[in-house]
Amino acid sequence: MRRFSWFNATSLTLGFAFLYLPMIILIIYSFNASKLVTVWAGFSTKWYGELLRNEAFLDAAWVTIKVAVISSSIATVLGTMAAIVMVRSGRFLGRTLFSGMIYAPLVMPEVITGLSLLLLFIGIGLDRGVLTIVLAHTTFSMCYVSVVVSSRLVSFDQSLEEAALDLGCSPLQAFHLVTLPIIAPAVISGWLLAFTLSLDDLVIASFTSGPSATTLPMKIWSSVRLGVSPEINALSTIMIGIVTIGVITASLVSKSNVARQQREERAAERLSAG
Amino acid sequence: MPQDVFAPWLDPDAKPIIQFKNVTKRFGDFIAIDDLTIDIYEREFFALLGPSGCGKTTMMRMLAGFETPTEGNILLSGQDMAPVPPNKRAVNMMFQSYALFPHLSVWENIAFGLRRDGMPKDEMAARVDEMLRLTRLEKFARRKPHQISGGQRQRVALARSLAKAPKLLLLDEPLGALDKKLRQETQFELMDIQEKTGTTFVIVTHDQEEAMTVASRVAVMDHGKIVQVATPAEIYETPNSTYVADFIGDVNLIEGKAGEKEGDKLSISWAEGQPDIIGTPQTSFDKGQTIHFAIRPEKVSITHDKPTNPVAFRGKVLDIAYLGNLSTYHVELPNGQIIKAQTANNRRISRRGFTWEDKVWVSWTDTAGVLLEN
Amino acid sequence: MRRLFLIAVPYIWLLALFLVPFIIVLKIALSDAWLAIPPYVPTLDLSAGWAGLKDFFAGLDFENFVFLTEDDLYWKAYLSSLKIAAISTFFTLLVGYPIAYGMAKAPDEWRPTLLMLVILPFWTSFLIRVYSWMGILSQEGYLNQILMSLGIISEPLIILNTNTAVYIGIVYTYLPFMILPIYSALEKLDASLLEAAEDLGCSRFSAFWLVTIPLSKQGIIAGCFLVFIPTIGEFVIPSLLGGSKTLMIGKVLWEEFFSNRDWPVASAVAVILLLILVIPIILFQRNEQKQREADG
Repeated sequence: MRRFSWFNATSLTLGFAFLYLPMIILIIYSFNASKLVTVWAGFSTKWYGELLRNEAFLDAAWVTIKVAVISSSIATVLGTMAAIVMVRSGRFLGRTLFSGMIYAPLVMPEVITGLSLLLLFIGIGLDRGVLTIVLAHTTFSMCYVSVVVSSRLVSFDQSLEEAALDLGCSPLQAFHLVTLPIIAPAVISGWLLAFTLSLDDLVIASFTSGPSATTLPMKIWSSVRLGVSPEINALSTIMIGIVTIGVITASLVSKSNVARQQREERAAERLSAG
Repeated sequence: MPQDVFAPWLDPDAKPIIQFKNVTKRFGDFIAIDDLTIDIYEREFFALLGPSGCGKTTMMRMLAGFETPTEGNILLSGQDMAPVPPNKRAVNMMFQSYALFPHLSVWENIAFGLRRDGMPKDEMAARVDEMLRLTRLEKFARRKPHQISGGQRQRVALARSLAKAPKLLLLDEPLGALDKKLRQETQFELMDIQEKTGTTFVIVTHDQEEAMTVASRVAVMDHGKIVQVATPAEIYETPNSTYVADFIGDVNLIEGKAGEKEGDKLSISWAEGQPDIIGTPQTSFDKGQTIHFAIRPEKVSITHDKPTNPVAFRGKVLDIAYLGNLSTYHVELPNGQIIKAQTANNRRISRRGFTWEDKVWVSWTDTAGVLLEN
Repeated sequence: MRRLFLIAVPYIWLLALFLVPFIIVLKIALSDAWLAIPPYVPTLDLSAGWAGLKDFFAGLDFENFVFLTEDDLYWKAYLSSLKIAAISTFFTLLVGYPIAYGMAKAPDEWRPTLLMLVILPFWTSFLIRVYSWMGILSQEGYLNQILMSLGIISEPLIILNTNTAVYIGIVYTYLPFMILPIYSALEKLDASLLEAAEDLGCSRFSAFWLVTIPLSKQGIIAGCFLVFIPTIGEFVIPSLLGGSKTLMIGKVLWEEFFSNRDWPVASAVAVILLLILVIPIILFQRNEQKQREADG
C-alpha cells in the first residue's frame, strides 16, 4: 500500500546517485580510447588488452587470490571455533582477554595492526612474503568471521543439538550433523567477508609483505599515486563487475530460497486445511 | 419517555455529535466502507463490532483523520471534518498497540498532548496529576513504558488520550492485549471513566462480549456496511438477520418454509415427519417463503417428560459441554438436526438430570425465537 | 579435552599474532632509535636472568613520547585527525540520515533491493572507490568540466589534494556504515507512534523531532562512532585525495615508518593513536550495551 513520498524519493535518488555515479563514470571511462583519462576520445577496449598483457598485474592478481583463498579458509575455521568458544564455552581462565582479542582487531587502525605484525615478523626473523601476508590476513579476518558466526549461534536453538544427543549422536556428530548445517549460511558469509577483506587490503599487506610478494591493491596503489590511469580504470571495472555479479547472484539465490520456503509453507497450509 | 433512561437516538430533537453521511472509502479496488450513514450522540459509548476486515478500523481512522473518505462526509458537531488534519481535531485516539512513546516517562507521555497545546506549566501538571489519579497510576508517573505491566500501559494510553479532554475518544481494540480476567475488570473501569468524564467513546472491537458489556449501542458491521445498530439487549434478543444472530452469542438456526398465519402466530414447516415450529413474526412473510428460525440455547428447555410448551421435539442427548455455571446439551432430533439447549447448573454435578444417549424432549414457547428472512 | 583444544587453537593464534606484536610495539616505543634499524637498545636478554630483566626495564624510557610532544607535527596531526574525523562524521550523518529514512519509509517490496544497493559498495574495493574520486575532483576532472561547460564557474575549482576532497572521500566510503544502523533503528519504529503524536497535536515536522529523532538516537550514535573511529586512523583517503597540508595520524605513521624509517617514533605514534581511540570505543560499547538492554 505504501508509496514513495516525493521527499523520500528525492533523497533516495540523490543518495544512490552519490554512491554509484563515481563508479559508473569510472566504468564508462575505462572504455575511453584516449590516454588522457578525462577527455573522451571514442570507444575502445584497448586498455583491457593492455591490462591482460601486463605481467606485473597478472602476477599481483595471482598472489592476491592465493592469499585471499588460503587466509579466508583458515580464518573461517579459526573464527568459527572462536565463535563457539565465545557463545558456548561458558567461563574459563582468560575469557575476558580472549573476547578482547576477538573484538579489538575490528576497531584497530590498519596501520597499527600492520606495524605490529611487521615488527613481530622481523623480531622472529621470518622472511616476508606470501606466508606473512596470509598470517596477517588470517588474524584480523578471523575476528570478523567469529562475530558473524557467533551472532548466528546466539539465536541457535540449543534444544536441536540436545535432541541429536538424545537420539544417540556423539557431541562431535551432533555438531557435524545438526549445528553446522544450520549455521552454514553464517559460516559461508563469514568466509566471503574474510575473502573480500583480504582482497581489499592495502595497508596491512604493505607492511607485512616483502619484495617477493606484491598484492593487487599494492600494485594499484603504486600506480594511482601517480594519478588516474586508464589501465586502472579497466582493472577497477573488472573488479566491480565481479563483485556486482557475485552479490546479485547471492541475493537472488537467498531470495529464491525464501520464496520457495514460503511457497512450500503455503502449500502445506492448503493441504492441511483442505 | 422516562428521563432516567439514556437513549438520545430515540429523541428526534437530539443533535448527533458525529454524522457519517453516505461515506464510502476505497483502497484501490477494495471497498472498505460502503455508502455508510450513521449518527452517534454525545455521551454515548458506541461500539463498532465485526470480524477483522469488516471496515470498523477504517471508520475509526477516518474519525481520527488518518484516512479521508473517498465519497460522502463526516461531520463532527455539524462541521465537515474532511479538511481538518489529525493534529487539529478535537478527537483523540487510544491505539491498539497503545503507541506509548518509549523514550518518555508515563508522566511525559500523558503531558505530551497538553504541551503541544501550549498549556501553562502548573495547569498542565495539575491536569496530568488528575489523569494519573483517574487511572490510578500516581505511583508510576516517573517510570518508562517498558517498566510497567500491560494493564498499566493500557491505562497510560487511556490517560494520555483523555488528557486533552477531547469531544470524542476513539478506542481501537483497547483491551485486546490483556488477558481475560484483567480485560473484564478493565471493561468496568472503562465504563466508570466514561461516565465520570462524560466523553463520547467510540470503541472498535471484535469481541462481542466486550461490546455488549461496555456499549450503550452496538453497530454490527460486515463488509463495509452496518448490518444492525441497536442496544446490546435488542441486538441479542431481536437480531435483524441471521448474520447478527450468529455473530452475537450462540444460536440454533433452523431453515424452513412459511405456512399458515393464525392470529399473530406463524407455523413453519421445516422437516418431514416433524411438527411445525410456531413462531411470532415481527414482519409479514408470504406463504411458502424461506424462513430462518433463530432461537438462543438458553431459551430451549430440556426435559424427560413431555412438556406443555407449544413447540416440542423428541431427541437424544449427543454431547454435553460442562462450563461450570452452565451446561450445553446437543440434542439430536430423528431427522439429524441438532438443537443446542442450555441450562443453569444450580445443582451439584452428581445430581445432574441428563446424560449421554438419554431420550429427552426439547421445547420452547411460541415467542422465544425470532423469524428472519435470510 | 576437546573443549581445551577448541579454546586453545584460536587463543594461541591470537596471543601470538595479536597480543605479542602489540607488546613489541609498546616495547619499541619505549626504546631508543639505534641507527634506525634493529636491534634497539635495550634488548631483552633472557639468558642473563633477573639482572637482564632489570637492565631491560631500566633501559626503557619515554624519550620517544617526549619527542612527540616537542615536535608540533605530531600533536597537530592528532588534532587534525580528530577534526577531520569529526567534520566528516557530521557530513556523513547529514547525507546518510535522509537516505536511511527514505529506505525505512519505502514500500516493503523495495526494501531488500535498497538494502542491497547500500551494501554493494562495501564489497567493492575500498581503494578503487577512493580512486574513483580522483578523476572527478582533479583540476581537469569531470566535475570541473561540467561546472565550466554549464558556465557556473570560469576557473577550475581546486578540490583534489585539499581537505575538502578528504571529507568527500570519507563521506563517500563510510556512508553505508552510517546508513545501516540508522536504517535498522528507523525500521523498528512503530508507525502508530507517529500517528499518536499527530493525534495529540503534533504537526508532521514536530512529530519527526519529538518522536522519530529521539527513537533513532541509538542508531545515530552507533553510525557516528562507526564512521568516527576508523576515520581517525585512516591512511588511504588522506594519501590519495588529501594534499601535502592534510595532516592525519595514519599518514604520519606510515611516513615515519616507510620514509623516515624511524621505528621507535612510529611505534610511539601508534601507541598514542590507540590511547586516543580508547575513549570513543568505550563510549561506543556503552551505547551498544544500552541498545541491547533496550531491546531485551
